[in-house]
Amino acid sequence: MTLALELAYWQQTTIKALIVLVMVPTATAIIVQTFLFKVMAHMQSRLGPMEAGPHGSMQLLADGAKFLQKEIVAPARADKFVFGMAPVVVLISTFLVWVIIPAGPNAIVADFGVGIFFALAVSSLSTIGVLMAGWASANKYALIGGLRAAGQLIAYELPLVLAVVGVVIQAGTMSMQGIITAQHEGEIFGVGLIGNPYALTQFVGLAIFLVAVQAELTQTPFDMPVAESELVAGYQVEYSGLQFLFFYIGEFGTAFAFSAIAATMFLGGWTLPFVELDSGWMHLLGPVVLFAKTMFIAFLIFWFRFTYPRFREDQLQTFAWKYLIPISLVNILATAVLKVVF
Amino acid sequence: MPKVPGLVKGLGVTFRTMLRPAVTVQYPHEKEAPPTRARGVIALLEENCTVCMLCARSCPDWCIYIEGHKEKAPPRREGGKPRTVAKLDRFDIDYALCMYCGICVDVCPFDAMFWTPEYEYSEPRIADLLHDKERLAEWMETVPENEAYEGGSDQKPKKIPRPTV
Repeated sequence: MTLALELAYWQQTTIKALIVLVMVPTATAIIVQTFLFKVMAHMQSRLGPMEAGPHGSMQLLADGAKFLQKEIVAPARADKFVFGMAPVVVLISTFLVWVIIPAGPNAIVADFGVGIFFALAVSSLSTIGVLMAGWASANKYALIGGLRAAGQLIAYELPLVLAVVGVVIQAGTMSMQGIITAQHEGEIFGVGLIGNPYALTQFVGLAIFLVAVQAELTQTPFDMPVAESELVAGYQVEYSGLQFLFFYIGEFGTAFAFSAIAATMFLGGWTLPFVELDSGWMHLLGPVVLFAKTMFIAFLIFWFRFTYPRFREDQLQTFAWKYLIPISLVNILATAVLKVVF
Repeated sequence: MPKVPGLVKGLGVTFRTMLRPAVTVQYPHEKEAPPTRARGVIALLEENCTVCMLCARSCPDWCIYIEGHKEKAPPRREGGKPRTVAKLDRFDIDYALCMYCGICVDVCPFDAMFWTPEYEYSEPRIADLLHDKERLAEWMETVPENEAYEGGSDQKPKKIPRPTV
């Protein structure tokens, strides 16, 4: 069953790029509306926005319109070019992460052989954008925030990569579709009933990955770079209007992308147990399944965010270097040994 | 590691709070009923006021303005001397200054001032927050009766005097 439609390479690429361009703000809107507005409110026994649309569901349109009206102001002593480019760099990094997320047997922009490695590499591009923003703002709070962000993102990049290495060893491939296939067709010690979602065999990796993602996204227990009570808003302090919105989309678009990556690597992505991989239904059902799993992971991320208070800066670094990285190294060792033994 | 049980417990608290209905009252659409003795606004019973100025003098914000004069009134009994009564010309409370401490209500020896739980009297112009004695008298009808004392007491709660006219 194929569509009788042959498209040139440039046509396919344009369509894919347009889809990602639409998907990122949409996903951001879904994340912000569901978790930041509603789940957070109910966890604090509030209702959240209620006036715009039924149950405040149109609140983001109002907020977006407000942001678009605002004047874009740059401080007099700011480095104007770098200052203007910083949100764009952050946003580009977000868009690039989306490239390797598969939502179905064919629904993927590009299935690189080094897929997950590519995602982690481009996601650390945003560190550069944050540093640019912190430095170019000519503001001490922005500078401290930018430096904290750089220190934090670099520290937590390591456990993030090391947690992924366990999955890669077990799957034997770095391609996202390859990892999904390996999970669907895998067996846990000879029992292949529901395949082998790596959440069951790589649960240590999943835990480390979730903690590291929390820090990468600078969500609360790990939000020192934007700590509003001590740094006003860190590197975002001088940004207004559309540029601030860019940072916002960058933050929550990446949150959705990382949730999707976690769902793909640990929960089996767009596949369902007992449904054949090459079944035609998966073309339709795949995106829905992936969305459900992604929202589950995103719920975990934001649940932690709304529950825990902020770490201190030294506690944050200690946690990464003294606990997460050694544990993930042991995890890799154990995975490698078990892989050879079984 | 010893902190882990506390962390899990914290997650449980937020999760259970999420499943419970929110405590928010959607104010303009639905109204919250304040407790009977809430300090919303102060009502004035003009006929009990003797222009003694105790409230105005005890007010920490100086937000009560009182003016009055003495008047001759007919004697109580036939053939008696005409009485002198104090008449109130002006009794204003500036709610833009008032800090709702309630000292004026406490200090009034003649039961002329009462708390009422009404709270909807915001104004677009700050000058309109100055309530004159007619406005303050209107609040009298919103003063709730005193609640009964707690169990075990045979004391009757004091009745709120009402305007006679």
